Amino acid sequence: MVLLESEHVKAYYMVRDGYVRAVDDVSLSIDRGVILGLAGESGCGKSTFVNTLMMNVRPPLYLIDGAIILDGVKISEMDRGRLKKEVWGVLVSIVPQSALNALMPTKKIVDFVKDIFRYHTEMSESEIVSMAKRRFEELNLSPETLLLYPHELSGGMKQRVVIAISTLLNPKLLIVDEPTSALDVSTQKQVLKLLIDLHRAKIIESMIFVTHDLAILRQMADKIAIMYAGKIVELASTDDILYNPMHPYTRGLVNAVMTPESEVRKRGITFIAGEPPNLLNPPPGCRFHPRCPYAMDICREVEPYILEVKSNRRIACHLVESNI
Amino acid sequence: MTLLEVEKLTKIYIVGLLRKKEILAVNGISFKVGDGEFVSLVGESGSGKTTTARMILRLLKPTSGSIRFQGRDVWSLRRIEELKWYWRQVHGIFQDPFASYNPLYRIDRALNQVFNLIGDTGADRRSLIKDALREVGLRPEEVLGRYPHELSGGQRQRVMVARCYLLKPKLILADEPVSMIDASTRAGVLNLFSRLRDEYGTSVIFITHDLGLAYYVSDRILIMYRGEIVEEGPPEEVMENPRHPYTKRLREDVPLLYRRWSGF
Repeated sequence: MVLLESEHVKAYYMVRDGYVRAVDDVSLSIDRGVILGLAGESGCGKSTFVNTLMMNVRPPLYLIDGAIILDGVKISEMDRGRLKKEVWGVLVSIVPQSALNALMPTKKIVDFVKDIFRYHTEMSESEIVSMAKRRFEELNLSPETLLLYPHELSGGMKQRVVIAISTLLNPKLLIVDEPTSALDVSTQKQVLKLLIDLHRAKIIESMIFVTHDLAILRQMADKIAIMYAGKIVELASTDDILYNPMHPYTRGLVNAVMTPESEVRKRGITFIAGEPPNLLNPPPGCRFHPRCPYAMDICREVEPYILEVKSNRRIACHLVESNI
Repeated sequence: MTLLEVEKLTKIYIVGLLRKKEILAVNGISFKVGDGEFVSLVGESGSGKTTTARMILRLLKPTSGSIRFQGRDVWSLRRIEELKWYWRQVHGIFQDPFASYNPLYRIDRALNQVFNLIGDTGADRRSLIKDALREVGLRPEEVLGRYPHELSGGQRQRVMVARCYLLKPKLILADEPVSMIDASTRAGVLNLFSRLRDEYGTSVIFITHDLGLAYYVSDRILIMYRGEIVEEGPPEEVMENPRHPYTKRLREDVPLLYRRWSGF
């Protein structure tokens, strides 16, 4: 059963010199119950893509083409007012990259809770607060936290509080964007555990986890989509991506991971030369070809389509295509 | 040969105006760094690793203890020639170096300043700078003439590594030098430290919270926890056979590529 479907979505930033093609013709569907990892280097359009998926699109970013259907509702045709009432927080929530700084320092945590409910329900304030208390208890966060100010919380605690508040209305889909990049490993594990618990307890149905850290996705994700220069280049199960990557870019990413384990030490570490292209003027053909060690003539001219090469495995690469 | 010797180094910060409170940031640590040795100082935020680096770089006065570089007490250097000698030999790289640079100056200035320490070698400065930038994977034409805010964090960090490449110091103190560089290209920048070591015998103190990075680049790992060095050894031994409970916990909390945490 599909929860979210994006069809040929194009989202461009309009700038003085033209369009930055941050998301360029991306089709993706997410089944109910699935945790999808979205990985790739910085500047590849990951954050723009997930924000577009929930229609958090504001100038200079524009949805140029395509449709987004969430829980049977075509949200790509809704205006901002309806999105606020019917979609955000209810069907989908996002924990953005800068969530740690999203909390207004002069307000107590409980005030943020009251804020969300003003948009969405007609409950009384005391009902709202007791509901938040119950949820905090359920998630092993002390309910007294609600009466504290943001600066009284540690980084990890702040992040957990932001996650707990974003999921109070049981959104079907939770999007988390690099939620632990500023945290120590031990704190990171607690935040990741909270996300897993939310999923197990069915408070959320599905999750999109955006990160550049494949080792975190090993712990979290059922499937992984690899994004490069505004396109998804490979989509497969976590095992397939990590044990048998097929796209040269995916292979490059996996082989660059520096986790302290003997398998990685034996395999050796390599890196991908060069940088992702400027999306104002992406290279013709396959966008990865300038950095690809296997680039052929066709790669420089013809853009590869994303094809299902095996069941549950989609890849956009001429090399893989020619080897089938 | 011992290049740097740190002995019973302690730093106590005093905070608060009326009710003074003491914070023990570094608690009597001792360690040595040999010629051409790559030593990692690993710990989480607040463990005192940056404080240690700042004391070695002479940016922060220790409360007690000594730091000796090539046998000379670093904190007894007084005259400008002595200090210049020290800064020529010992070079620091910080997490976001341009946070402390004047944003009104172009990147070129940070690179040109290196020549104040090296002196005139007769070589063409411009071409030396360009070579160094290429070494760290930057295109000189995309960097030179730009202001710090026009570059990404990763690019700025690469510029700092390029500076090291120009200076070729005896000791590099690198505090999270690749934290903003994408994982996919990090290994390339780290290789550069190893090359400096191999070609010029440069020693490196690498400060990081990432046990994985430390595991691959170092000859020796020092684990720091609450201002103390709690464990020390070659990377394989620290990873495979950790003794201190903190190291054990750290190892369990690092996400791995080929193992899934229990309960996840």
